[in-house]
Amino acid sequence: MLYREAGQFSIRYADDRRLFRLRQDRLGLALLLAFAFVVVPFLGNDYWFSAILIPFLVLSLAGLGLNLLTGYAGQLSLGSAAFMAVGAFAAYNFELRVLGLPLLASLALGGVVAGLVALLFGLPSLRIKGFYLIVSTLAAQFFVQWALTKFGWFSNDNPSGVISAPKLQILGADFASPAGRYLLTLGVVAALFWLGHNLVRSELGRNWMAVRDMDTAAAVIGIPLAKTKLLAFALSGFFLGVAGSLWAFTYLGTVEPHGFDLNRSFQVLFIIIIGGLGSILGNFLGAAFIVLFPLLLSNLAGLLPAGLIDAGQLENLQKMVFGALIVAFLIKEPEGLARLWQRLRERARVWPLRY
Amino acid sequence: MEFFFEVLIGGLLAGVMYSLVAIGFVLIYKASGVFNFAQGAMVLFAALTFVSLLERGVPFALAFLITLAAMVALALVIERAVLRPLVNRSPITLFMATLGLSYMLEGFAQALWGAQVHGLELGISDAPLEVGGLLLSQFDLFAAGTAAALVALLSVLFNKTRIGLSLRAVADDPLAALAVGIRLQRIWAVVWAVAGFVGLVAGLLWGARLGVQFSLSLVVLKALPVLIIGGFTSIGGAIVGGLIVGAAEKLADVYLGPLVGGGIENWFPYVLAMLFLLVRPAGLFGERAIERV
Repeated sequence: MLYREAGQFSIRYADDRRLFRLRQDRLGLALLLAFAFVVVPFLGNDYWFSAILIPFLVLSLAGLGLNLLTGYAGQLSLGSAAFMAVGAFAAYNFELRVLGLPLLASLALGGVVAGLVALLFGLPSLRIKGFYLIVSTLAAQFFVQWALTKFGWFSNDNPSGVISAPKLQILGADFASPAGRYLLTLGVVAALFWLGHNLVRSELGRNWMAVRDMDTAAAVIGIPLAKTKLLAFALSGFFLGVAGSLWAFTYLGTVEPHGFDLNRSFQVLFIIIIGGLGSILGNFLGAAFIVLFPLLLSNLAGLLPAGLIDAGQLENLQKMVFGALIVAFLIKEPEGLARLWQRLRERARVWPLRY
Repeated sequence: MEFFFEVLIGGLLAGVMYSLVAIGFVLIYKASGVFNFAQGAMVLFAALTFVSLLERGVPFALAFLITLAAMVALALVIERAVLRPLVNRSPITLFMATLGLSYMLEGFAQALWGAQVHGLELGISDAPLEVGGLLLSQFDLFAAGTAAALVALLSVLFNKTRIGLSLRAVADDPLAALAVGIRLQRIWAVVWAVAGFVGLVAGLLWGARLGVQFSLSLVVLKALPVLIIGGFTSIGGAIVGGLIVGAAEKLADVYLGPLVGGGIENWFPYVLAMLFLLVRPAGLFGERAIERV
């Protein structure tokens, strides 16, 4: 009853092209954004901002980056963390070496550098297909980590390769407090999600999906394969790069190359599997799951009598449950949490009737 | 020059160790089209089970048999719980399922047997042996011999037995194999069990070399470039790929490493594999897929 589309007609082409065609969706999104930007900064405490909300937002953005490449363009990648690292270290260096560069500009430039690096490692995709391609992204993963540790220039000759966040100031406003860092992250993430959502609805996004579904067929109908695939790598690298610099600057504060290892890449991959490949909303759902699930599990273990499960066993247990969940998701709900949400919407449309 | 040959042959022998892991991959990929990322976890699981049994006083041969039985049971469970429900899904989905599987196995192995490092003594000394003026590791020679025996055993299995014939039929064309009455599920279980056996052998050798611990599951990352150079569908390719990667890695480490400051062994095999792929996109011995629209 609340969620009916009856009476909402598209009377202009512009109506048809809207991001959200239903009034309820638009209203809901506006309310959600207002809540996130205005109410949450007053409600949340430092723990919530630093340990849950900021990593959740950053991981959603990283998920979006990988989703563009894997979920939309169909190119499997195990090197997401490498591009995040490139973004973080590039943004750090722009901030360090170019005096007076605004923070947002160095975030964006860091993303651009990550995009270029991703483009470089995407070049083999023109010739290599399928699983053989993961060799290229894994090469990126190991090479970037090695280069960042090996050459001191990247981390301003810090002995252990650690970089720390610059002053988080935009136009004189200070964003260093937990709530400030949350707002900064939220702003960047919201803007990039708006961009990403539009991207996948554009001609480019449609080309990506055609390439994903069958690249030979896509080439036959005249989609330029090289351009489409390389743009997927570059744009995915851009999003991942910005996510990487946010991870370093607003979430951790200080980060070393080791923080962007293969496990981080897997984490981002799991976000999009659990959330839903080829879905925008899925990135949020997957990231929420990845952030909240370990907390939930350790809280549950805390309820058990002390000494029954030690920390090592808890970690093993977490791994097992995690792996089992991945397999279960792939079997039961291959389209991820996003699909569950879609089902819920379908039900809401006809509620209170069954169909 | 002698030094060069010593490095080269040392590298070739080390490469055989990578091939051992890669063979497990090839078996599974050939028979079921699954890119099994969990092979490393299987190696870890097998080695950990074996060494823990040994430490509890089980004799060597019995421990080997029990571990083998465990690997076969594992194969049956995997076929039943993971592969069967995922039949006819895209290769990427299956790959991601094996990622989940490897997490499960790693967690399970360590929850069951603990996470500490176990030493494993196979009774082969690692002392260098002089062959024709070159110093070679005895252990590496033994590993190479094991790999050769394993390949011989597998080729007998594939070429001379009824089950091997069905395995080859399934690898060639699963649908046609189904049509002539081969039970696909049983073949998958068999092939995963054989891969488990290969994993056990690899686990013993790698475990004796590195100690049985979590990092054993990371040999999968060493085996990937090997697999990619050789092609996903050829056991011979896995051996050749291993030799190439092993030799190139050692040579690069000795001659190229000092120029860039060392530590290149993590990424060098991948770059090498990428170069090979640019020339031959399906590896040296892989089958090129023919696509129809």
